[in-house]
Amino acid sequence: MENTKKKFNLRRFAIASAVLYIVLLIGPIVGLDIPVIVESVKANPLQLVQFFIIGISNGAIIAIIALGYTMVYGIIELINFAHGDVYMVGVFTSLTVLSVTGTLESKDPGKIVFGLILALVIAIVVCAVLNATIERLAYKRLRNAPRLAPLISAIGMSFIIENVGLMWAAQAWLVPSFGTTGGASQKVFPDMLGVLFTSMGWDVNLLASSGLALRLTIKDLLVIILAVTLMTGLYLFVQRTRLGKAMRATAQNRDAAKMLGIDIDWVITATFLIGGGLAGAAGLMAGLYNNTAWWFMGFRAGLQSFTAAVLGGIGNITGAMLGGFLIGLLASFSDGYLNARWTNALVFATLVLILLFRPTGLLGEQTGQKA
Amino acid sequence: MNKRLLALLSVLVLASMVLVACGGGTPVATEAPAEEPAMTEAPAEEPAATEAPAEAMGTLKIVSSLPMTGSSLTQTQTIVNAMQLRLEQVDYKVCGGSYDIEYEAWDDASAALGQWDPAVETENANKAAADPSIIAYLGTFNSGAAKLSIPILNQAGPLAMISPANTNPGLTKADKDLPGVTDSYYPTGTRSYTRVVAADDIQGKVAANFVKSLGATTVYILDDQQLYGKGVADVFEATAAEIGLTVVGHEGIDPKAADYKALMTKISTSNGGAAPDAIYVGMVVDSNASQLLKDKVAIMGDNETVKFVGPDGIQTQAFIDGAGADVAEGAYASVAGVPFAELPASGQQFVTDYEAKYGPLTEPYSVYGYETMSVALRAIEDVCAAGGDPTDRATINAAVFAIKDFDGALGTWSFDANGDTSLTDMTFYVVKGGKYEAVGTFK
Repeated sequence: MENTKKKFNLRRFAIASAVLYIVLLIGPIVGLDIPVIVESVKANPLQLVQFFIIGISNGAIIAIIALGYTMVYGIIELINFAHGDVYMVGVFTSLTVLSVTGTLESKDPGKIVFGLILALVIAIVVCAVLNATIERLAYKRLRNAPRLAPLISAIGMSFIIENVGLMWAAQAWLVPSFGTTGGASQKVFPDMLGVLFTSMGWDVNLLASSGLALRLTIKDLLVIILAVTLMTGLYLFVQRTRLGKAMRATAQNRDAAKMLGIDIDWVITATFLIGGGLAGAAGLMAGLYNNTAWWFMGFRAGLQSFTAAVLGGIGNITGAMLGGFLIGLLASFSDGYLNARWTNALVFATLVLILLFRPTGLLGEQTGQKA
Repeated sequence: MNKRLLALLSVLVLASMVLVACGGGTPVATEAPAEEPAMTEAPAEEPAATEAPAEAMGTLKIVSSLPMTGSSLTQTQTIVNAMQLRLEQVDYKVCGGSYDIEYEAWDDASAALGQWDPAVETENANKAAADPSIIAYLGTFNSGAAKLSIPILNQAGPLAMISPANTNPGLTKADKDLPGVTDSYYPTGTRSYTRVVAADDIQGKVAANFVKSLGATTVYILDDQQLYGKGVADVFEATAAEIGLTVVGHEGIDPKAADYKALMTKISTSNGGAAPDAIYVGMVVDSNASQLLKDKVAIMGDNETVKFVGPDGIQTQAFIDGAGADVAEGAYASVAGVPFAELPASGQQFVTDYEAKYGPLTEPYSVYGYETMSVALRAIEDVCAAGGDPTDRATINAAVFAIKDFDGALGTWSFDANGDTSLTDMTFYVVKGGKYEAVGTFK
């Protein structure tokens, strides 16, 4: 027993060194030129911290969307392709709320804060209801169908929502800043946090007074704080509450949970509600952080978040958070020290490598036990 | 259960297909063009009934293939409008009423990509090749798309392809570094592709000189890794080296990324610890150009501090709207040709007619769309005048290449043997108060 384990490790070691060798050999082509990187880190060590801040902020948004993927997969083993697009609806909902309430034009701090909180609440509610409705319409009936059927209907829902986004972005009467260029083009999500801070007489860069060549803006901070709060809340919810327990039970074995008197339908609806709500919150955060609303933004966000969920171990909530932060950091460091052209390749190469050695993701899958 | 399941699935698939179809045309105007010819055709038939002698001998079909699902729609919609305007002026008739013209505006973008889609463009080209009533293919918008459809159409007659917007030089002119590539687009050996817009060997060169004239000595180049974007960026880089403009770096970006803050942070210290004087972006607006500008401004300051210059792909209102008027203020973009105010009389007339029908016009590519349709009509008329058969694709194609001293909306110009226009003017625009304003014309 001991012996086989050792042998196994030896083989892994051999594979790992082979991979390392190939990386070092081919790396310089994609910009992985270690001496050059070391040189640029030495020349400007603070920039390393800067890339870290950017990576964490981007990762936080990815992580929150990834939670929705991972929760749904954990419970009904469905990749909810429409999830990224629900997040896009979150961006548009919050932008519309900010516009309708007149927050976009306001310079009054009180009004801006009120508008932002209102936008957050409405975006969460709209996206939660939307996500649960999608489940009712497109997935519920297919719960016992072959697994490909709900997958295809999920892709269909994704297209439907993308097109709703296209129409929405053309409604200039609703949000005047959409302009007259039609729904297809990118729209501005005004930098309300910047306006808020400037109106209160503070510098947007929280580290401006420190004299360091570093930018930690209120946007970064808020995105990170909000993300960590939501994630901790969700973790506690799933671990500590009755409904959370029911969710975990349903994830482990749907039939057994049913026998124990758990209302499966409600548990699944609740999962979709929570996942959608998180996507709505992520929508407002991403809008404030990147200042863009675009009908197509859900696609890439969805892809990255799904990757994050798989990376961390699908069905595993902590794993999704870890995966999200990891992808954000990887992308940021790759943009910063390698060539931006290879960022996507690098993210997915890392995914492949990690799955080769840990097929169930970093923290392991948590899905139903198969008989 | 299974039957119900099947029914539900098919309903869903159908519903999404219908919605995707609608969505493609959501910026409702796209749907209009497809219908409009049909509507305008109705009155066109009436005179045929009353004036019995001028009986139509048949219908000639012209199609355009442009990306109409994505940010480029802002530009392509005006091109399609202009093409229709040109056809309305001749009442959809050519050769003294002997032939009716039928026009269809095809979309070569897909909702799945949000920009031109290689699969859709190839499908469009094959569809056109297979329909014998089509005698001219107007498009594409993106050079990468043209690369796919030129060989297909070249082997279908050849079917004349006239582009209002492709600027990649390699489509018509052989690149000495890539021998044989341009010729490989024309398997029959006969040229069948022309464009009414000057190519990027001119645009990239003029842009580098322009950036230098702004007082910049260092520049960072970014491109979207597409045929057009990388092409113009490469010409820019080569010219920069010749005129003593230091290129600090040249990178391809991921055109779908959520943001570019890390990249911009890197660029902000790339010039020996400081930011470069200017950033040149070779890309279209669909490639996330607005987001790139937003993050550049957030990290490195406004466009006065670090200049932001791009090619015609970002000279559209959609680029400004996407970035916000404050952020875009001071960004530069170049377009082949002269500003509307300096167009010849026929060009001015086009702008007036267009605005009377469709409202204010700011997109410079509209006039190229108009000119493209004019070229197609002129070729048909020439064939008729010479007693040829306008339904024959090869005859029409030869007539397009034979066009010399064409008196069009852009001025008087000719096609050379490669299919390039003799006009080489390049105008630079700067964003002021949320709109592009011309700053000057260069050669």
